[in-house]
Amino acid sequence: MSKIIKLKKGFDINLAGKAEKKISSSAHPDTFAIKPSDFIGMKRPKLLVNEGDNVKAGTPILTDKMQENVMYCSPVSGEIVEVKRGAKRKLLEIKILADKTIEFESFKTYSLSDINGLSRADAQAQMLKGGVWPNIIQRPYGIVANESDTPKAIHISTFDTHPLAANLAFTLQGAEEAFKSGISILKKFTDGKIHLNHDLNAEVASVFSNIDGVEHNKFSGPHPAGNVGVQIHHLDPINKGDIVWTLTPYAVAQIGKLFLQGKYDASRIIAVAGSEVKAPQYYKTYVGSAINKFVENNLNSDHVRFISGNVLTGERIEKDGYLGFYSNMLTVIPEGDHADFLGWIMPKKNVLSYHRAWGLFSFLNGKNKEYVLDTNTNGEDRAFVQTGVFEKVVPMDIYPTYLVKAIMSEDFDNMEALGIYEIIEEDLALCEFVDVSKHDIQHMVREGIELMQNG
Amino acid sequence: MKFLHDLLQKQKPMFEKGGKFEKLHYLFEANETFLFSPASTTKNKGVQIKDAIDLKRMMMTVVIAMIPCLIFGIFNVGYQHNIATGGATTFLSLDNFLFGARWVLPIVLASYVAGGLIEVVFAIIRKHPINEGFLVTGMLIPLIVPPTIPLWQVALATVFGVMVGKEIFGGTGMNVLNVAMTARAFLYFAYPSQISGAVWTQLADATPVDGYTGATALSIAYDTSTAGSGSVVSALGDFFSLNNMFMGFIPGSIGETSTLMALLGALILVLTGVGSWKIIVSVFGGAFIMGAIFNAVGLNGFMDLPAHYHLVMGGLAFGAVFMATDPVSAAQTETGKWIYGLLIGMFTVLIRVVNPAYPEGIMLAVLFMNVFAPLIDYYVVQANKKRRLARATV
Repeated sequence: MSKIIKLKKGFDINLAGKAEKKISSSAHPDTFAIKPSDFIGMKRPKLLVNEGDNVKAGTPILTDKMQENVMYCSPVSGEIVEVKRGAKRKLLEIKILADKTIEFESFKTYSLSDINGLSRADAQAQMLKGGVWPNIIQRPYGIVANESDTPKAIHISTFDTHPLAANLAFTLQGAEEAFKSGISILKKFTDGKIHLNHDLNAEVASVFSNIDGVEHNKFSGPHPAGNVGVQIHHLDPINKGDIVWTLTPYAVAQIGKLFLQGKYDASRIIAVAGSEVKAPQYYKTYVGSAINKFVENNLNSDHVRFISGNVLTGERIEKDGYLGFYSNMLTVIPEGDHADFLGWIMPKKNVLSYHRAWGLFSFLNGKNKEYVLDTNTNGEDRAFVQTGVFEKVVPMDIYPTYLVKAIMSEDFDNMEALGIYEIIEEDLALCEFVDVSKHDIQHMVREGIELMQNG
Repeated sequence: MKFLHDLLQKQKPMFEKGGKFEKLHYLFEANETFLFSPASTTKNKGVQIKDAIDLKRMMMTVVIAMIPCLIFGIFNVGYQHNIATGGATTFLSLDNFLFGARWVLPIVLASYVAGGLIEVVFAIIRKHPINEGFLVTGMLIPLIVPPTIPLWQVALATVFGVMVGKEIFGGTGMNVLNVAMTARAFLYFAYPSQISGAVWTQLADATPVDGYTGATALSIAYDTSTAGSGSVVSALGDFFSLNNMFMGFIPGSIGETSTLMALLGALILVLTGVGSWKIIVSVFGGAFIMGAIFNAVGLNGFMDLPAHYHLVMGGLAFGAVFMATDPVSAAQTETGKWIYGLLIGMFTVLIRVVNPAYPEGIMLAVLFMNVFAPLIDYYVVQANKKRRLARATV
């Protein structure tokens, strides 16, 4: 049974600088990077190439000693130009200088009908080798899926409600067939259902609607309605001992291409957005792309922050940095290291707050007002004081305040009882945004998850 | 303002680790962040933008919401003085205001200075930032004491409230009891003669007119019912009419007399989302329900008092709006807030009517429910856990 679920709780952050729906082909980044830190839960990364080696798109570069069958592959063909290490020789970045035309490692190709007859073991072997496996994320914990698990269901959210987020259907254009075969492959991995979760308030793109044999659910409401974790909670919640897999639509299409075309296709359409971008729009590039070409002569000001991903869950990168493995967007917003005279009491225009203590007159701005927000914390760390706000931005039957407190006191029983298996960082990101006391909620969530994982 | 900012930045190294005034770092920090909102930016990973609110602004909203009560209180202290001593009886007169200010402002000052000092000392010893929570407490305490209170008692009570009510638990956000109510309870039990009886009107050495008793509505109600004759409403008379009590033209604690002003404060708190409307509504609801139950029992005059009188008498309205809604000491779950408020209202009226020792119940009711709030939350959260467990076995 497909479900329609209307959510009320949450908060949409309407930022200026949304990407215009056109794909520019003017910027061609020449270097790409794989960052082991992108793969949460990767314990002991093992490098499979050396500086100076030539690789093809799909050549394994990295693996995790704890899960050695999963290959992390090069997104492009070219030369390994640098292996960047930090303190204690920690692997930070593997940089690849791309060829003008990309060459691919070749994998076995299948026709649409062949794919249906394929066994799980054969499909799995090709996926592990072909670089697409790290895109399968396991819940609980939000880590790369374990190949020996059989999930009770697979969930795919077809829309992203984060601020300035890329339109997922738009970034998948031309990948209808690949998406379809990706779903066929995934069906082999679960005895349960595959859920495709759509936006109730928009027309479902044909790439998603023409899929048979899956559940088509629809969600409405403010962010985080598009978060797959929230969707799982309402469709088929994760209990102790359950394993669920989640994928992005991009990952599904990539799996499809691996079987249809026999190659690891890491090309990706990304959004470059944010108030400081002159011409916010989409670009075609590859996973882990350097960002310098996108921002060259394309910024409104100099004092900015570059974010791999969105403003709620993303990571700050430098101007010569690289997008993360899972990021399909680059956000550029003003840096906020300014001190304001009596800033805590002076009336200000154009500030965004979930709390009406700030935004009492914000209804004058109207619903469609776009805000320019900078990175200022607007206050310092304090003890928990305000209550009842976290609960209003998390559309789940969960008490985030109590959960976070259980994490802080390392209380395993309560973490489990209060629902830590059902969330990852992004699900409580809004709590971190609205928190009066300015805690690093997402960081705490990950600490709690690691405690549960490692016992 | 750049000049001021540069000046501060120049002095800053002296207050950093290793500097000359290292120990005063948090005092400096407090002043610096008071003058300039900090230039700190979000961390590398996680949320890159933050909501415009911070604790200072939240606390200031509460202080702003108390201003109507304060200003009304200042007028009323002068007004009550004039009534008791046979002076002019217009409420809004400069004379009233100046007289009131003469007695009220020193109390406000005493509370802020004493409490502020304790905050700074604790911040330096315990090496934590100075808590904004005191902005609110420092204003609450003057509003819940009689205008005749000696200043040293205000200072002592504030010190007790902040230290025992809050700092020994770890500061703002960690306290179990409402700080201002703790201070009030301290006064009540340590110096009962200065906070009960005929203390509610500042006579300032003038001779009262004949017939002045200094009684409050609650003490009249209580006395009438123990005497066992006549209805309380008629004993209250014109002076303590429903209207006068609602408006607040009666003697009492400085900021507590006017239900109207408390409701104005409630409006500010609820509109800004700082105070929980659920708690405010349920306190009033609880008081009314208990009043109605007593009406049904009807054993004496106080029990027969129409239930709605309880809502405008004494400090119920002020307590419901400013004391019960303190987010730290109240119940923290939304369901819990309903139960918490309802019980505060019911206990307030129960103590008023049945307990012979204390004419006012809101203080004890709030403190009592502060202690029980974690228990209420415990059961609400437990229900959530059970829902999760029940799901797992399906």
